Amino acid sequence: MTTASFGSHNWGMVVDVDKCIGCQACVIACQAENNIPLNTQDRVERARTISWIRVERYWEGDFPDTKARFIPIMCQHCENAPCEPVCPVFATYHNAEGLNVQVYNRCVGTRYCANGCPYIVRFFNYWEPVWPESLRNHLNPDVTVRSRGIMEKCSFCVHRIRRATRTARSEGREIADGEIQTACTSACPTSALNFGNFNDPNSKVSKMREDQRHYTLLDQFGTDPNVIYLAKVDPDKKVSVGEAASHG
Amino acid sequence: MQQRRTLDQPYTNRVLLNGQLDTPRWWAPAVAILGIAVIIGLLVIGAMINKGLGVTGLGRPVYWGLFITTFVFWVGISHAGIMISAILRLTQAEWRRPVTRAAELLTVFSLLTALVFPLIHAGRPWRIAYWILPYDFARGIYPNIRSPLIMDPVAIGTYLTGSTMFLYVALLPDLGNLRDRTTGWKNSLYTVLALGWRGNPRQWKMQTVGGILLSALMLPIFVSVHSIVSWDFAVVPSVEGWHSTIFAPYFVIGAVHSGVSAVVTMMALMRWLWKWDDFIRPEHFDALARLLIVVATGWLGFTFLELIFALYGQDAPEIALREMQMFQWPWNMLFIIFFLTAYAIPVPLWLFKRVRTNIAMMFWTSILVNVGMWLERFLIIVPGLARRTPFVYTWEAYRPSPVEWTIFVWSFCWVTFLMLLFSRFFPLVPLFEQKESQVFTQDVAIGRAKVPAIVREAD
Repeated sequence: MTTASFGSHNWGMVVDVDKCIGCQACVIACQAENNIPLNTQDRVERARTISWIRVERYWEGDFPDTKARFIPIMCQHCENAPCEPVCPVFATYHNAEGLNVQVYNRCVGTRYCANGCPYIVRFFNYWEPVWPESLRNHLNPDVTVRSRGIMEKCSFCVHRIRRATRTARSEGREIADGEIQTACTSACPTSALNFGNFNDPNSKVSKMREDQRHYTLLDQFGTDPNVIYLAKVDPDKKVSVGEAASHG
Repeated sequence: MQQRRTLDQPYTNRVLLNGQLDTPRWWAPAVAILGIAVIIGLLVIGAMINKGLGVTGLGRPVYWGLFITTFVFWVGISHAGIMISAILRLTQAEWRRPVTRAAELLTVFSLLTALVFPLIHAGRPWRIAYWILPYDFARGIYPNIRSPLIMDPVAIGTYLTGSTMFLYVALLPDLGNLRDRTTGWKNSLYTVLALGWRGNPRQWKMQTVGGILLSALMLPIFVSVHSIVSWDFAVVPSVEGWHSTIFAPYFVIGAVHSGVSAVVTMMALMRWLWKWDDFIRPEHFDALARLLIVVATGWLGFTFLELIFALYGQDAPEIALREMQMFQWPWNMLFIIFFLTAYAIPVPLWLFKRVRTNIAMMFWTSILVNVGMWLERFLIIVPGLARRTPFVYTWEAYRPSPVEWTIFVWSFCWVTFLMLLFSRFFPLVPLFEQKESQVFTQDVAIGRAKVPAIVREAD
């Protein structure tokens, strides 16, 4: 749909759940990077929080052998996204770089895409966003501040992708592997989050996704996500290789 | 058909035009009160557009709530018109005659009301031009015709256009009649609207042919409108309880159920308010109730089928959703009320002729059906979204806010207001249909009783 002329990219992420320590650094980095309004108490109580990436925590096992499990969830940038065909105004569509893009200017706010998303990673601006005076100069000039009445979601820090693409093109070279880091991947202390180009077979993420621990979220919907998860390895649990690989 | 008095034409004219020629005393206060309610509702809608959808009870993941439920409800009510005036007209059911205009009117006004809801429920309603008009503005793209939200305005727009034309064509002879009985500005108004109707054979022929053609042309709409509305939900693969292939026929028959019931409610009100006892008779209620028994039972069959389809796959999330819908508070309470009001109470009652010919009973049972049918839509839309997804961070409930309830109530005041306003200027029972049926009727002596029987010329 776009007329992208720069090399063939298919941006994606590999999330190594085994490395995630649930520190929420990615969540904070994303909030700051993408001008996301503060999730105040009122917004939490009315189920209107906006967090493009969230770290869900689950408890496994019975006391005293209880274990906390963490899983970061953001827009999965599905190749076969349920949110895209239902939008009446093409405010969300799939671009040539494998991104599920949200065009704020087109959005009329039917919230149909949000109903379609099985991961529930699309957010609606019920109010005009406000920041305390002290944070006014904190806003990232590269990212649009979304007005009320429109949807938003993880963009894979598309402004960083665009900036790196422009830089690379002006210098007459290809984008190097690891040159683009999204806010969450650069904030992740354990490298649980990894961003890169799946179309490049030698990129870090392409190699990581070959891991036999790989799975995608909710694959029963056939959404074909561009976010690949690597399963948790539990030293106390004997799991055969085949079982781990098919775990979804 | 029962024994009844013969209605001559002057009597028909006098009684059926009482809304226009000598307005009932209750009309002005009723319109004033409803008008105030309508203005309050419009102010609330305006305030909501001004402040943002934060004033509703919606959140995440329940992004659609009362507004979409009410939208589906009013589109359902609108199926009254096409059922009564198109299908019964083409099948030449004689008893439809006094009901046709009221049903068609209900269609037009409920569609106008239904259209309001998807628009005000959008985050930026002032951008609807992008959404609904097939015009690309500066974006270089047309609307996404794969989206049911594009098919919706197309289907509803077609239905609204067709119904309005149908209503108008059927109104022409009565407008001519009114023009001849009024003076002053009203006379000028009717003169313009009657389009030179003089009642000559050519005009009658064209009016009849036009009516039949419009009926036939509108038949596909009977299937399409609510099918498309159902696809708003059925095309979403990830929501259990929405993603069902049976939704299109299920919604259509549900719409007929609620629409015909709404016509019964309206007929009872017309009989009481304008004292048209001679024209809207128990036998009409009897016929509608018989139709409703069939429709309601067909609809019940689809309800069970939908459930069976859902459970047949033995899919854990689907079963969990059904369990939530039927057995978990507060959905279980709503489900019981829904089942009792939409089927279990009214339909067994309608099996008795004493109930079918009792206007008050028919009035209340038809109201019950629409309470149930509204709840049916609510129980499809909201539990589907409030379902327990695999991600516990998104488990949230939904409680409609006072703003949503106000706008919900406004929609009823608005339809009634439009109806009463219409009744002041145009007859609610078609006079020419009434007279035509008198021409077709002959008194047949059965023993000592004289009974009207329908004769139709074969041609």
